[in-house]
Amino acid sequence: MEKLDCIVIGGGVVGALILDELSKTNLKAILLEKENDVASGASRANSGIVHAGYDCTPGTNKAKFNVEGNALMWDLVKELHVPAKQCGSIVVAPKEGLKGIQELYDKGIKNGVKVEILNREQTLKIEPNISDEIEYSLYAPEAGIVSPYKLTIAATDRAILNGARVVLEAEVKDLSYKDKEWTVATSNGSYTAKYVINCAGAGAAKINDLAGADHYETEFRRGDYFVLDSTEGKAVSTVIFPLPTEKGKGILVAPTADGNVIYGPTSIPTNEGDTGTTLDAFAEIRKNVSLTYKCPNYRKVIRTYAGVRTIVGHDFIVEYSKKVPSFIQILGICSPGLSSAPAIAKYVIKLLAEKEDVKVKENLVPLPKKKKLLELTDDELNALIKENESWGRIVCRCEKVTEAEIIQAIHSPLPATTVDAVKRRTRAGMGRCQGGFCGTRVIEILARETGKTIPEIKKDMGESQIAISRIKEDSHEV
Amino acid sequence: MKYDVVVIGGGPAGMAAALKAKEQGASVVILERDVRLGGILNQCIHNGFGLHYFGEELTGPEYANRFKTKVEQTDIKVMLESMVLGISEDKVVTVLSPKEGLVHIEAKAIVLAMGCRERTAGAIALPGTRPAGIYTAGAAQKISNMDGYLVGKKVVILGSGDIGLIMARRMTLEGAEVKLVLELQPYSSGLKRNIVQCLNDFNIPLYFSHTITKVEGMPRLTGLYYAPVDEKMQPILSEEKYVECDALLLSVGLIPENDLLNGMNVQMSNITSGAVVDEYRMTSLEGLFSCGNVLHVHDLVDNVSEEAEIAGECAAKYALGKLDNKGTKYNVKAINGVRYALPQVVYGGDGKVRVFFRVGAEYRNTRLNVKCGDEVLLTKKYQIVAPGEMQHIDLDKSKITGDITLELEA
Amino acid sequence: MKGRLETICINCPMGCPLVVEEIDGEIKVTGYTCLRGKKYGEQEYVNPMRVVTTLVLCEDGTAQPVKTSGPIPKDKIFAVTEAVKDIRSSKNTKIGDVIIKNVLGLGVDIIATRDAI
Repeated sequence: MEKLDCIVIGGGVVGALILDELSKTNLKAILLEKENDVASGASRANSGIVHAGYDCTPGTNKAKFNVEGNALMWDLVKELHVPAKQCGSIVVAPKEGLKGIQELYDKGIKNGVKVEILNREQTLKIEPNISDEIEYSLYAPEAGIVSPYKLTIAATDRAILNGARVVLEAEVKDLSYKDKEWTVATSNGSYTAKYVINCAGAGAAKINDLAGADHYETEFRRGDYFVLDSTEGKAVSTVIFPLPTEKGKGILVAPTADGNVIYGPTSIPTNEGDTGTTLDAFAEIRKNVSLTYKCPNYRKVIRTYAGVRTIVGHDFIVEYSKKVPSFIQILGICSPGLSSAPAIAKYVIKLLAEKEDVKVKENLVPLPKKKKLLELTDDELNALIKENESWGRIVCRCEKVTEAEIIQAIHSPLPATTVDAVKRRTRAGMGRCQGGFCGTRVIEILARETGKTIPEIKKDMGESQIAISRIKEDSHEV
Repeated sequence: MKYDVVVIGGGPAGMAAALKAKEQGASVVILERDVRLGGILNQCIHNGFGLHYFGEELTGPEYANRFKTKVEQTDIKVMLESMVLGISEDKVVTVLSPKEGLVHIEAKAIVLAMGCRERTAGAIALPGTRPAGIYTAGAAQKISNMDGYLVGKKVVILGSGDIGLIMARRMTLEGAEVKLVLELQPYSSGLKRNIVQCLNDFNIPLYFSHTITKVEGMPRLTGLYYAPVDEKMQPILSEEKYVECDALLLSVGLIPENDLLNGMNVQMSNITSGAVVDEYRMTSLEGLFSCGNVLHVHDLVDNVSEEAEIAGECAAKYALGKLDNKGTKYNVKAINGVRYALPQVVYGGDGKVRVFFRVGAEYRNTRLNVKCGDEVLLTKKYQIVAPGEMQHIDLDKSKITGDITLELEA
Repeated sequence: MKGRLETICINCPMGCPLVVEEIDGEIKVTGYTCLRGKKYGEQEYVNPMRVVTTLVLCEDGTAQPVKTSGPIPKDKIFAVTEAVKDIRSSKNTKIGDVIIKNVLGLGVDIIATRDAI
């Protein structure tokens, strides 16, 4: 067993950014993820909003990490080449909502967030398609959007380039502390280190229990969404929120960092891992979207999805366990978790520095920017094709992704091994045909590049094979 | 690179258009994104193609091969694995391929023949999980008929479009159990022969006015709930039932794939999702023609070939300065039960013009009236007309003196 | 002897609903609008025939589409698909090549409908 300083449990955005921060230091770190790719839980299915931080209760971890996280985000996404945009957000309200807008404004000022109350005319200049009833808005120019899974993946890739390790399909079975060391037994090997950092998202409370750390009750809320075609991308230029309620920030209309538009999320009490959408949820989105946004276009829906928020009490928990040593517990990272993740990661390093001599490494390896067809000039593209003709072979027609980009993703520092992993990295299959044309090509390329057979290639997590057996070979099931 | 006629798409429409354009003496290139000509016909291994066009029953690959052989006998340039990335309004076509790189082709005329794509689980907002095991019928057909793999053993099909029906038989013949076919509408959108030979022959039940209320299973499909719908198409949840399955095939509609025209100044039809065309199949942009499933979704490839021949011939004539499109234009409108008519514009003059149309619902013992102002140009009785079956009528151009309407008699 | 079959004519998109009745050895078809429909109704009642289109596995693992060179009795469809199950076609197969001569003695061949890919 190799000697490690830190074991990070959970490959969501928080875990990935912690691993990235650890990889910049002298601490040796490994990340354990139970699924076959990072960003397999809430980090793949949320709104992708970088909140400004005006709606968090002043003085809470949420307020602190959100405001700090937003400030860190914009340089981070540039370093990691992650699609993002500081497009601002508006909370819109009808006439009777002015009091609510005023309250948010006051909180924003207390949290140190740049906010402004706008009247209808001023709001229309920012977003011409707000609904006719809207009279006021709270404008937060520092809010924005980011691709949450690309951020997670890119942070993981950079961490690996800088010496961190990632073990996938490693579900934690047991944790034990002995001789000042934690041993974590998983479905994919056993690992020993001085510190455990539990950021297992939906599973974090269970990990805490396994470790004998502080016990927490967890609630889960499902958020359903519609995704619209990129042809709708220009219809919305900023994030449009209704006034927040007890249940959360409400159903928003927002551009995505990759050029689509989303409507959602709902906030429906549910169980862990219930990412199934429902007819009722769709009806709720339709009803609520029209309260803030004048021209919803459901004909352009290309996909629906749902993610599950994990809620532990009212605030984020980011601290050393009070019950077991050298165990950093990070729980209840619901909204604004994505926005806060960069700050949480930095804070974890601070926590470690309280006990360890943490030094920043020299000669950090930057994450190389991957070439993309749509970003190349004619001459650059033709030069690439001359060298490697797969740059001239379009696999995904809708999103214009070449075979070369797919091969790049398969041979990334954290290799894409499934169709959906390729999709998250390259956008192949994210367009309006939803992989109808390119899905089988991606399977072929995956099989060829990884030396597997076609029925071994999975769509996503677990046993999610797409082609289950060869024709005429009933007995030869895989 | 310069060509008189650039044909985008090497399926049945593209090949027929290219051949006719060549006959007119034009220089022609076909840009095909796949590794072979034939388009989606290559995976349509069932028979029933060509009864009208060739007077015999062929399978899809055989139908395609007839045209491919003819193309190979000409000097039509065929570029395979060639994806068109853009068209400019002055008809420069930007195409990417592994062999030739990024190329800009100057065209005198362009024929759009890119076909259509399938509506997806996302587009119909299929409720429930998003596991492996949900496929569009065409994707499942490709996996089976080209790649040689099966997608499931216990199959449910949503939608009674032709590809879904064909796949019901295909999966049955490969040893899978097709449990049922669900159709939201009170009628089938597929051809009668497919209902008989793909479902009835194998005792596969088809439930009209039914839909899926929830898909279950993660990471792989394990089953689904379905229910009848009321007259507002809302599911009656009290009558919800469960069926175990490991594959769901969607045959819920085809959409002309006109993404290339996004942002271009080309008039589009909201109903067909294709361009608005005149009787030469020319769009509102001079020299840009459209035919086949990219123009409107056909049920018979034979009609695609005929339509593409018009487009190809006229594109060549346009390119060579021989197309007479200066006559008076009249609009063709579809009302009262007729969902759309095509072409949407005809010219006055001599001879006949064939107008295709599709109805919006199933009608029995009805009559189509074609009017020009108050004058009835033509009237035709139908025992049955259904949305799944495109119809046509031939009009005397000399009688056309104004805009035309097609309508069903109440 | 009496018998009855309700079916749909498939000769053209009209899809005429046919009723075939056998009364005292005489077969009567109603619902057709052309002679092809009448003939189809009779055939469907007496001896329904189908052209079978299916796949055989090519030696290189891809799918090779095939068909019967003519119609076969409907109740022999599964016998035919079973008969081609263990065939492995050549990767040099050309469209029209005979894969099985006179399959199951039905008087039709199994022929390739596409070049091997």
